[in-house]
Amino acid sequence: MNAPTAARLGLVACQVCELVSRPPAAACACPRCGARLHSRKPDSIARTWALLLAAAILYVPANLEPVMITRSIFGTQRDTILSGVAYLWHSGSWPLAVLVFVASVLVPLLKLLALSYLAASTQRRSRVRQRQKTRLYRLLEFIGRWSMLDVFVVMVLVALVKMGALANIQAGPGAMWFGGVVVLTMFASMSFDPRLIWDPSGGADG
Amino acid sequence: MKHSNLIACHECDLLQREVALPPGGKAICPRCQTTLYTHSIDSIDRALALMLGAALLFVIGNVFPVVSMEIQGQRTEALVWQGAWRLHQEGETLVGVTVFLTAFLFPLLQIAGLLAILLPLRLGLTPRYLVPAFRLVEQSKPWSMVEVFMLGVLVSLVKLAHMATVVPGVGMWAFFGLIVLLAWASSTLNPHEVWARLEVSAPEPAA
Ligand SMILES: [Zn+2]
Ligand SMILES: [Zn+2]
Repeated sequence: MNAPTAARLGLVACQVCELVSRPPAAACACPRCGARLHSRKPDSIARTWALLLAAAILYVPANLEPVMITRSIFGTQRDTILSGVAYLWHSGSWPLAVLVFVASVLVPLLKLLALSYLAASTQRRSRVRQRQKTRLYRLLEFIGRWSMLDVFVVMVLVALVKMGALANIQAGPGAMWFGGVVVLTMFASMSFDPRLIWDPSGGADG
Repeated sequence: MKHSNLIACHECDLLQREVALPPGGKAICPRCQTTLYTHSIDSIDRALALMLGAALLFVIGNVFPVVSMEIQGQRTEALVWQGAWRLHQEGETLVGVTVFLTAFLFPLLQIAGLLAILLPLRLGLTPRYLVPAFRLVEQSKPWSMVEVFMLGVLVSLVKLAHMATVVPGVGMWAFFGLIVLLAWASSTLNPHEVWARLEVSAPEPAA
C-alpha cells in the first residue's frame, strides 16, 4: 500500500508554516510565509553527516581540555568536564554531578551515535522501526539544547569570581570546543529530514 | 495554488485533511504518531497576556543581578550580558557570543517578536512585517535557552557555595518566572492559527 504523501502527489509542505501547496517551479517560495520550499531538506543526509563528523572531532578536545581554569592563592586548578563532575560528586552534590554528567557527557555522545544511526539507516532506505526512529529523532531535538549547561556554568563562574589575587576563574579552551559540539549537533539534527525515514515505504509500520 | 484544508505531517509527509477539533483537542498523525496540530482556547489572547508578563520578567531579570557573591567583604554581582562580555574580554569571544545569543538575544527576540506580532493581530491589524517576523520567531525558537541557562546558574551556585557566600538575586526569581511563562505561552500559542490569520489578511492576488 502506498500512503498518500505530499511528495507523491507533487505537493510541498512548507517547513516553517506547514502550508501545503503545489509549487509552480522546482525552487520557489511558500505562498503564505515566503520561506524557501523544499519537498525534502536539501542534501539532508550529506549535511547531517558532515556536521556530525565535525561535532565528533570537536567532542575529543571538548572532553580532554580544561573548560575552566581557577587561579587562587592555593595554586592553579584546571578542570575538564569530567573532573568538574568528579568534584561535584565528592563534595556531596551527587544529584548535580549526575545531572552535569548526563547533560554534558552522555547527551552529546548519545546524540552523535543516535543521529549517525538515523542517517545510516535512512541512507540504506531501511524500512524497519520507522515509528521508533521518528520518536528517537523527536527526543534528540528536545534534549540537544540541555548540553549547553556546562557552558553556562563556566560563564556564571567566570563572571562572578574575579577576586584579583584571591581567586580568579577563566574559561578554558574546552568551553569553546564544547559549545561547538552543542551548536554543531543542533545543526546536524536540524539538517536531518525525518520524512526521509518514511520515504522508502508507503505502508504501516512493519 | 493552495490547498488550505490539506495538511502534511511534518515528520513523515503523510497527507491528511484537516478536521475541526474540540477545544483542547489534538490531532495525531496515524502513521508516525506526531502531534499534528492542537486546538487551544483563546490561543492568541492567552499567549499575548503571557508574553506581556514575560517581557516584564525579562527586563527585571536583566536589570537586577541573578546572583551575587561575597568573599571577605568584596561583593560581585553578575548580569547575563556582563558575563558574556567578560568571557569576550578574557579572549573567549566565541563562548561569550554563544552565551549572549542563547541566554539574551534569542529569548529577547522571542518575547519582543511575539509581542510585536500578537498585539497587532489582537487589534485586528496586519502590518506587512508580521509574516517575516513570525517566520523569524518560529525559526529562532530552538536557540532560545533560558531554561538551560538557569539550570547552569543553579549548578554554579552549588559549586560556589563551598568557597563563598552566594545570594540568589531578584534576577533569578524573575528568570524562574520567565521560564514558566515562556513554556506556558509556547504550549498555548497555536502557530497554525497565527498563520491562518496572517493568510486571510495577506494582501495577495486571489488564487
Ligand atoms: Zn510557509
Ligand atoms: Zn506523520
